[in-house]
Amino acid sequence: MKIFVAGLNHNTADVEVREKMAFNGSRLEEGLRRFRELPDVEEAVILSTCNRVELYANVKDSTKASESIKAFLSDFHDINRSLLDKALYIYDDINAIKHIFRVASSLDSMVVGEPQILGQLKEAFEFALEKKTTGILLNRLMKKAISVAKRVRRDTRIAENAVSISFAAVELAKKIFTDLSEKVFMLLGAGEMAELAARHLMSNGVKEVIVANRSYNRACELAREFNGKPVKLDDFLREMVHSDIVICSTGAPHYILLKDQMQRVMKERKQRPVFLIDISVPRNIDPKINDLDNVYLYNIDDLQGIVDANMFERKKEAEKAEKIIEEEIDPFLKWLSSLDSVPTIVALREKAEEIKREEFEKLMNRFPDLDEKQRKAIECMASAIINKLIHPPTAALKEDPEDKDLMIAIIKKLYGIDVEEKENK
Amino acid sequence: MGTILFELALIFYFAATIVSIIELFKEKKIISQIMLFLVGIGFAAHTANIIYRYVVAGHIPITNFHESTSFFSWSIVLIFFILQFRYKVSILCSFVMPVVFVLMLSSSMLPQEIKPLSPVLQSYWLTIHTVVAFLGNAAFALAFGVGTMYLVQEHYVKSKHLGGIFGRLPSLQTLDALNYKLITLGFPLLTLAIITGSLWAESAWGSYWRWDPREVWSLTTWFIYAIIIHARLVAGWRGKRAAILSIAGFLIILAAFFGIKVLGKGLHVFI
Repeated sequence: MKIFVAGLNHNTADVEVREKMAFNGSRLEEGLRRFRELPDVEEAVILSTCNRVELYANVKDSTKASESIKAFLSDFHDINRSLLDKALYIYDDINAIKHIFRVASSLDSMVVGEPQILGQLKEAFEFALEKKTTGILLNRLMKKAISVAKRVRRDTRIAENAVSISFAAVELAKKIFTDLSEKVFMLLGAGEMAELAARHLMSNGVKEVIVANRSYNRACELAREFNGKPVKLDDFLREMVHSDIVICSTGAPHYILLKDQMQRVMKERKQRPVFLIDISVPRNIDPKINDLDNVYLYNIDDLQGIVDANMFERKKEAEKAEKIIEEEIDPFLKWLSSLDSVPTIVALREKAEEIKREEFEKLMNRFPDLDEKQRKAIECMASAIINKLIHPPTAALKEDPEDKDLMIAIIKKLYGIDVEEKENK
Repeated sequence: MGTILFELALIFYFAATIVSIIELFKEKKIISQIMLFLVGIGFAAHTANIIYRYVVAGHIPITNFHESTSFFSWSIVLIFFILQFRYKVSILCSFVMPVVFVLMLSSSMLPQEIKPLSPVLQSYWLTIHTVVAFLGNAAFALAFGVGTMYLVQEHYVKSKHLGGIFGRLPSLQTLDALNYKLITLGFPLLTLAIITGSLWAESAWGSYWRWDPREVWSLTTWFIYAIIIHARLVAGWRGKRAAILSIAGFLIILAAFFGIKVLGKGLHVFI
């Protein structure tokens, strides 16, 4: 009975391998079933995202399991064994627990602190629950991993600041304007990065979208997609008068917006603030424009600077998160060891002895006149009863049966024994 | 009794000021709750002190310099709580409490005894004129705090270094709107104060306007805030310029408030 992880992520495998290894859609169900049916695997969960594929298991023997899992993966994904060996990392026991906690808490993510992974892990777990491939061990571990991740998010600021350019742009927009949903947004030019930022901004809700582009057809196309209004590039200055947020990336080799032009725009706008984001290289907006009052101009390097600073903050927070994880591993290990049969047998016997003692004393108080011989006889009988009662479960556990974990859990539940609690006391 | 309440208010405002400064550097919900709690207790004691003096003197306790400075700070805290209730800008506390504390401290150093009121001042105008005047000035004090916050936030956004309290200050637009709101609250009150003042002067001394230093200063501040409002409506002077003007406006109010007292001349010498 051992927790076991086999997986690969963005650090160990490039995208082609990850693609090949992914358990997509219907393949997941089949993969999970076959994974669970491997001879050494007793419980199974598969986490498959674009950045990682991980197989979590409760195995009898790590070495054997690792062999059979590798064979299974290579066969299932039709992938070269040596390629697989290179990409795969294997953990068991405490290292496996730690790894799963770190993954859930987004410490192992490409962008440390990104929040999606926790949802993906939850989904993977729920899918496994639904397909009944998990048992007491992985259920507890997954729940614990989720709660650890929540604690990390609550107690550290790991997920607080934007670490992508488009996130940083939206964050800034929110510090300039009260309510983005009443702002007009203009997309000037249609670079890939600009589109991404635009999409992100729009997912936060803006009032109106204007798309200006050198090629009017492309502007129309994008405008349709964003549900906005297309304009010719030559008309953009007129549109600037009522645009509050402008993302610019036209690919023009020179400035297309100069300071005196912007000054006139501001006058017409009655100085209402405007947020200009110039992500074109070379720059399209004269940087001197940032000197104007109520104009906030950010270029790609400025945004990158913010992202870098936030990344640095996150790294500091990640150290705190690692400490939290260290703290959480210990109690889990304790619980794990309590699953072993010996403590359960001991606890069961103690419980029985305790009941015997209490009942015997009660009886003695009621009949104080009994002589020594009678007392002995009663005590013998009580001992015989408890021995006969607890012998079958004890013997069954000692045989080390297939479903030992389950049996231990049942015994603990039926008799109300909590080994973990006892140890803590 | 009145003195104890006043000292209590002073001590709690002092503690709140310290906590509010810590709050700037250390973001924790509990710190901001402690801060609001301290201000609340201070305000309660302060209110009790004002009521006590009202009862003892039999008229609104804004008749000497101690009382007026005290009432000024009380009005600022009152408007802060109204804003806090409506807009939840507890960080404003860090920008306003120091002002409140300094005002209270100077108030504490002035003679506090309740003297009989000179017959000239015994009029219902006393209550109307002074309350309106100080509430107006308190609104400007908060506009000063909000304006300062605007400049700090604007500095972060312009300089592109988003550290410090950037994340905790409201958006520029919010601060600008709040600043304008406070000025449009303070301005009619100041106007009303000048009008009631001159009506009172007419009934007490027989002339509406006598170019008394405080009258001149009030008129000056009235013009400054009129300019702020006018410039915004007509020329779109908002944001940074509006913030700087509202800071300047309040500094002039403070200078006038204390300066005239130091010069010690004119009709308003009693406050």
